[in-house]
Amino acid sequence: MTEYKPENVGMVTKYVVVESFTVTPADLAVRAYEISRGVMIKETCFGLVIMGKEEEVDLIITEIRKMDPEHIFVKDRGFPPGDTRRCRANLGGARPGFHGMEYEMTILPYISHALETLGTRDPSTVPAPATAREKPKLDIYTLKKMIDAQEP
Amino acid sequence: MAKVFIYPATSLILTDMVTRFGHTPLSSAVAIRERIQTAGLESVPLQITPEEPKKGLRWAAVEVPSGVRGRMALYGPMIEECDAAIIINDADLAFGCMGCARTNELIKFLIRQKEIPKLDLDYPKNEAEGLPFVAAIKRFLTELGASK
Repeated sequence: MTEYKPENVGMVTKYVVVESFTVTPADLAVRAYEISRGVMIKETCFGLVIMGKEEEVDLIITEIRKMDPEHIFVKDRGFPPGDTRRCRANLGGARPGFHGMEYEMTILPYISHALETLGTRDPSTVPAPATAREKPKLDIYTLKKMIDAQEP
Repeated sequence: MAKVFIYPATSLILTDMVTRFGHTPLSSAVAIRERIQTAGLESVPLQITPEEPKKGLRWAAVEVPSGVRGRMALYGPMIEECDAAIIINDADLAFGCMGCARTNELIKFLIRQKEIPKLDLDYPKNEAEGLPFVAAIKRFLTELGASK
């Protein structure tokens, strides 16, 4: 094993994912560059990757969120942008972790719609969602019926 | 501001919701960032060194595979540190090898053992399910903020 010397110590990296009809990743990138002060910004197909000191990154995110608050989502990232251990340019195929994000991006329109609705509606008036723990299991009689219904 | 453990620990939606409603999400990215920004022995890609399975012994027995113990070295401290937890039960994206699967089971078990506020949810499958999903998270995090 060789010695490991970390780079970008003390920096944070965050993903900004945009799922909007009116704002594109390019719009976000232009706005972020306007207000950035030495922060690394990378434009991607789904939004931005921003790396810098925590307070500077948070400031930029607060500003660009204002462009479309219900359609812009943010999450932390462990690695800096373009890191050879994670970047698909070096590894080939999708970046590890992209598939999870890709799956959640299919749900983002429902989340955005709910956030817009809750802007004008009290959340206490919305019924609680049914969780998997409360959903009834398949009972033996229904299972028997399904087996009998199968054609020989 | 409470520290909220999220499961799946890589969830974009949960990370954003927790931050949006004024709390700190505890996600795997934060644990990985700590490791890749700490000097030591080179161990690509995640800087999980042979020390991690030893640290994982705090949460899993020695006969548990090292893959589970190594992963628990990331998640265990966050579970101990958290003030609340949000769990999505039907997360297909948390699917993985046996190491991941058993770690996920252990994570859920440890969270359920801990006496903290917890919220169990499923991913919404349409707009009608999306509203109760977000409303439940908002209610949970608002009440958490009021009790803190």
